Amino acid sequence: MSLVRQFREGAVDFFASFGAACLFMLRMLADTPRALLRPGLIFRQVHVVGANSLVLIMMAGLFVGMVLSLQFYNTMAKFGAEQSLGPVVVLALVRELGPVVTALLFAGRAGTALASEIGLMKATEQLAGMEMMAVDPIRYVIVPRFLGAFIAMPLLTAIFNAIAILGAWFVAVQMMGLDGGQFWAPMPDNVDVFDDVLGGVLKSVFFGAAAGLLAVFEGYRAHPTAEGVSRATTRTVVITAMTVLVLDYMLTAMLI
Amino acid sequence: MNRSVEFATGLFIFLGLLALFFLITQTTNIQAYGGDGYTVTARFTNVGSLKARAPVALAGVTIGRVENIAVDPQRLDAVVTMTIDSRYDRIPFDSSAAILTSGLLGEKYIGIQPGADTESLKQGDEILFTQSAVVLENLISKYLFDSASGGEE
Repeated sequence: MSLVRQFREGAVDFFASFGAACLFMLRMLADTPRALLRPGLIFRQVHVVGANSLVLIMMAGLFVGMVLSLQFYNTMAKFGAEQSLGPVVVLALVRELGPVVTALLFAGRAGTALASEIGLMKATEQLAGMEMMAVDPIRYVIVPRFLGAFIAMPLLTAIFNAIAILGAWFVAVQMMGLDGGQFWAPMPDNVDVFDDVLGGVLKSVFFGAAAGLLAVFEGYRAHPTAEGVSRATTRTVVITAMTVLVLDYMLTAMLI
Repeated sequence: MNRSVEFATGLFIFLGLLALFFLITQTTNIQAYGGDGYTVTARFTNVGSLKARAPVALAGVTIGRVENIAVDPQRLDAVVTMTIDSRYDRIPFDSSAAILTSGLLGEKYIGIQPGADTESLKQGDEILFTQSAVVLENLISKYLFDSASGGEE
């Protein structure tokens, strides 16, 4: 009995949250044109969420590329297929790993920062103070943060991919002794600029919108207490990770 | 906004665009879309696993790409449209095209065998002499049936 009720409440809660997030998105879109009139606010957020995540993304990209190359090299060498290493690594990165891992790291690094910042602004009644002064917090606080995340994500993904490919090259060519030409030469025949690279960019655009929306949404609707802010931060990571993975499957199914 | 924030943001956006440029130019077939060329067609009875954007090679050097593969509903054969780089505009008109495989299990590509005509292939021309893809199953079944009938004699 209580299990059924719990399930029903969970389902109601899920759809209510989903609907609230969609309505919040519409509200932000309505305010976006006016927020674009103040690009300074947006670029400050590009700095906060993008430039500050740069070192993390680059380190993660380097090691993801290196481990990918190491694993594939050892497996493919058994079949004598080392010359396919370059295209395999690049396709895995630009199509899947790059956008997804970047989005997950982004949720952990920048999403939590956004959610807790907005939650704290709410807890300390800064948002209410803005409303008192007839300053719309959606327009001047929320939308610039969302747009910052939206702009930063594709750029971070591109940097992640580029560094990861260089890391893969380093392991394959410098450490394992694969010929550099064998690594680079088969790529252009196997990697398509529209299907693969720009498809990955399109994914990261969607992930940027999802991660940005969920972070500001969770921050904005946080309970204005210390506990509420910490809960919103946790929820941001969990929900963004789930959304990104589900969205990834749906986008992949559509792009293929 | 202070100067170091501006610097970091600018650097970040610059690095992002640079990375995208690197990905597009270094790892993809972007050259296949650029550059001007002329298109020629060729008819094959069987294209095997030839795909659009497969290379067109002359003497082993890629000189163009397959644009499109379609079936002619009247003659029931495959019409392959390919774009050849305009630098290679002196390919004899009576050259032949064959569908070849790079390596034992590699990708299919079109190999051009030059002829001796003084006239060159131009935009919209058709390569008249073609050789279809070798389908491994046909080859094996031919071999099997040949040896079976040979045994009876």
